[in-house]
Amino acid sequence: MVSVQAVWDALAGIPDPEIPVISLVELGVVKDVAVDGNRVRVEFTPTFLGCPALERMRGQMETAITALGAEADVEVVLDDSWSTDRITPEGREKLRAAGFAPPPPREAGVPALVQLQSATHRCPYCDSAETRLENIFGPTPCRSLRYCTSCRQPFEQFKTI
Amino acid sequence: MNERVRLLLEIADDELILGWRDSEWTGIAPYLEEDVAFSSISQNEIGHARALYELAAAELGTTADALALDRATEDYRCAPLVELRRLEWARTIARHWLYETADAVRLEALKASSDPELAGLAAKIDREELYHRMHAEMWIDRLLAGEEGWAKLEEAVLELWPYALGVLDDELRPVFAERARARLPFPLPDVEPVTRGQHTAELAELLEEMTSVRRSAPGAEW
Repeated sequence: MVSVQAVWDALAGIPDPEIPVISLVELGVVKDVAVDGNRVRVEFTPTFLGCPALERMRGQMETAITALGAEADVEVVLDDSWSTDRITPEGREKLRAAGFAPPPPREAGVPALVQLQSATHRCPYCDSAETRLENIFGPTPCRSLRYCTSCRQPFEQFKTI
Repeated sequence: MNERVRLLLEIADDELILGWRDSEWTGIAPYLEEDVAFSSISQNEIGHARALYELAAAELGTTADALALDRATEDYRCAPLVELRRLEWARTIARHWLYETADAVRLEALKASSDPELAGLAAKIDREELYHRMHAEMWIDRLLAGEEGWAKLEEAVLELWPYALGVLDDELRPVFAERARARLPFPLPDVEPVTRGQHTAELAELLEEMTSVRRSAPGAEW
């Protein structure tokens, strides 16, 4: 019988399909793992509902579990359990190092346009707070576009949800 | 069809059809930022539709794709507001703001629902919709800031107002109307709402296009 830890380890080896610097476990989309005999049940809490990577994540988790010799049952949890706060500290640091500004914590309250437009978001390249919102929306549902007026570098900012 | 499934299909159809309409700006929006914004909003709305269809499909013993793409035109439950093809910027912004404002009222009610599945999904959807509302509010401010923008927005809102009132039921409609009147600086008349249950000719045209690939290869999977 496969151990719960072995499943977590296998899932931690799967890179995010769109931002491969972080793993699915670091992204926080694995809510729970349960092993019952030969059957492995994973609760998968999706990021943005319209994210085209969701099907791929699910398929990759199934493949990884099957490779352990177990039967995979990946259940998509359609509730409010995923939040950008679930991204692990290691995951946040990897995002920043790859040029993606990590999402501000959800505890800061409901994000408002005035906050997004404020210069409190730091540039992942030069750490300057002199940045401005270019577009609430970006190349994927989870990101906004900002511009750093210090190093004149556009960058992608993770949305807080 | 029970009340829960009816409600799920209403919202899912609204989100799917509006998502399709928003996607019509992909590649041709007035500038690149809005091309990205409306494409992204469209992707989110269709994602919401899929999740809602999945809950309905589980009860009906069918699939989300079948609900989204295989029904007869008259079986869609979307509000006429989302069906209208108005590939004109002031009307797009007016509909975007009217719909998001009405949808917020609906999501607030659903989040307070005693049905944990509905309440949970509504909470998730609402977190994403927050960014749509910010975008819509930003555009309302922008259009109201100039004389030409104001005039165009006012004309567009007045044209769409009866349709917007039709998005919500009798219970929630007054909440929406009050919020719209508090936000917009021009008077909004008391009019008869264009309610759900009737369809515009534009819906049939949209479905013809939207389902064409699916109909070309019945049963195919991607």
